[in-house]
Amino acid sequence: MSETKIKIRNLHKSFGKKVVLDGVDLDIAKGESLVVIGGSGTGKSVLIKCIQGLLTPETGSILVDDKEVVGIDEQEKEELHSKMGMLFQGGALFDSLLVWENVAFDMLENKKEDKKKAKSEAVRVLRSVGLAPDVADLSPSELSGGMQKRVGLARAIASRPEIIFFDEPTTGLDPIMSDVINDLIIESVKGLGATALTITHDMASARKIADKIAMLYHGKIIWQGTVKEMDKTDNPYVRQFINGCSCGPIKVEV
Amino acid sequence: MFLTGIENFLRRQGKPLVAFVSRLGEFSTFVAQAVYNCLTPPFYGRNLLRQILDMGFYSLPVVGLTTIFAGMVIALQSYSGFMRFGAEGAVASVVLISVTRELAPVLSALMVAGRIGAAMAAEIGTMRVTEQIDALTTLSTNPFKYLVTPRIWAGLIVMPVLVLIGDVIGIFGGYVVGVYKLGFNPANYVNSTLQNLQSIDITTGLVKAAVFGFIISLMGCYNGYKSKGGAQGVGTATTNAVVSASILILIFNYVITELFFSK
Ligand SMILES: Nc1ncnc2c1ncn2[C@@H]1O[C@H](COP(=O)(O)OP(=O)(O)OP(=O)(O)O)[C@@H](O)[C@H]1O
Ligand SMILES: [Mg+2]
Repeated sequence: MSETKIKIRNLHKSFGKKVVLDGVDLDIAKGESLVVIGGSGTGKSVLIKCIQGLLTPETGSILVDDKEVVGIDEQEKEELHSKMGMLFQGGALFDSLLVWENVAFDMLENKKEDKKKAKSEAVRVLRSVGLAPDVADLSPSELSGGMQKRVGLARAIASRPEIIFFDEPTTGLDPIMSDVINDLIIESVKGLGATALTITHDMASARKIADKIAMLYHGKIIWQGTVKEMDKTDNPYVRQFINGCSCGPIKVEV
Repeated sequence: MFLTGIENFLRRQGKPLVAFVSRLGEFSTFVAQAVYNCLTPPFYGRNLLRQILDMGFYSLPVVGLTTIFAGMVIALQSYSGFMRFGAEGAVASVVLISVTRELAPVLSALMVAGRIGAAMAAEIGTMRVTEQIDALTTLSTNPFKYLVTPRIWAGLIVMPVLVLIGDVIGIFGGYVVGVYKLGFNPANYVNSTLQNLQSIDITTGLVKAAVFGFIISLMGCYNGYKSKGGAQGVGTATTNAVVSASILILIFNYVITELFFSK
C-alpha cells in the first residue's frame, strides 16, 4: 500500500545569502494527500518548484517514482511533467489564450486532439470547478481572482495527472467556494488515485483534504502527522500555527 | 609592478567584471539554445503564424511611411547636391542604391525593433514574472520552443519581405518627388532606375534584413526571458530590448556592408 511516490532527502536551496530550504526530508506515499503548512515566506512554493525541476537545489535528492529529479535533462523533464499537474499560487494562466484553451492546453499541444473534442472536455472540467460554459470563451484577464484560481485548478487536473500540486488553492475564495474546491481536490485525489501535495494557510481546508500534514519552519520539516495527531500534539510551533496566535516560539520577522 | 596594477584593477573592478562575463556567458548560452531549438522539432506553427502577422502585416504601415519619406528626401537631397556638379541625372540611381542598400533595411529594422522588439520583451517578460513560463514547463511544453523559436523564425522570414516591400515604396517615393517636384520625365526616370538595377543591391539589403530580423527577435526574447522583479523588471527589459537591438543593427549594418562591398 504505502509505496513512496515522492521521496525528498536533505534538500538545500538558497538564493544568494538567503537560505530558504535547509535540509528538507519528506516522503509522500502513492495516493496520499499531503498538506504542507508554514508561515509566509518559509519556502513552501520553492519546495514545490524544486520537486518539479523548475528550480535546481544546491544539494539533496528528490525521487519521483524512484527516479532522480535533480539535474535531469529537458527530455526527461517533459516526461516527468506529463504525469504532474500544478495549480500556481498566482494562477499563471496564459493570457494570450482563451479560458478553454488554457484548460485544454495539454490536449491541444501535447496530445494533438481534435479542437471540438478538446473544447467540450474543457467545458466539462470547467463545470466541475463551478464555472459556467460561457466562461470558456472569455480571456483570463476578464475573470475575477477567484475565477482565475478555479481555471488554474481546472487546467491542473484536466490531464488527469498522477501527481497534483496545489499552491494555496483556496486563498482568495469565499468560504463556500473554498469548500467546493476542497471537495474537488479530494475527488481528484481519491477519484483519480492521484498523489497530492497541497500548500495552504487555511486550516479548515487542511483538515478536510489532508491525509497527512507537515509543517515547514526555518527550512526544515519540523513536524508531520495526521490531522488527529495534529490536534493532540504539544509541539509549540504547530500549536501556535493552528491557533493563529502571535505569541509563541514563532516570531514574525519584520 | 605591472602585476600589482592588474591585481588592484581586478580588486576594484572585479565584481562588475565578473558580472559582465557571466552575463556574456548567459547570453551566449541563450543564443546557442535559440539556434538549436530553431532547428529541432516540435514546431508550433500557430504561434509562428501569429508572430508573422504581428511582426509583418501590422508593421506594413510603419515600414511604408518610413521608406516612402526616406525615398522622397533622398531624391530631393541628391538633386540639390548633384546640381553643383551638373549630375542631376544620377538622382534615380542614387535613390535606388541608397534605398535598397541602406535606408529600407536599416530604417525598417529600427522601426520594427521599436514596435515588435519592445512588445516581445514586454510579453515574454510578463509571462516570466507571472510564472506563465513555469506553467508552460509544467504542461510538458518547452517554453523555448513555444515562445522563442516562433519569434526568431518570424524575424528571419518577415524582415526580408518587409524590406522588399519597403524597397518598392521607397523607390516610388523618389519617383514621385523626381517627377512631380523636380520635373524629370517619367519614362526617363523609370528607365534610368531599371538600367541601374543590380541584384547585388537588393541582395545585400535582404541579407541585412534577415540578420536584423534575427537581432530584433533575439534581443526581444532574451531580455523578456531573463527579466525579473515584477512590473519594473519588465519595463527595464523592454527598454533594453529596443536599445540593444538598435545598436546591434547599426553595428551589423556596417559589418555586412564591409563584407559585401570592401575590396
Ligand atoms: N526566484 C527567487 N529569487 C530570489 N528569492 C526567492 C525566489 N523565489 C523565492 N525566493 C525567496 O524564498 C523565500 C520563500 O519563498 P516562497 O515563495 O517559497 O514562500 P512561501 O512559503 O510560498 O510563502 P507564501 O505562503 O507567502 O506563498 C522568500 O523569502 C523569497 O524571498
Ligand atoms: Mg507561496
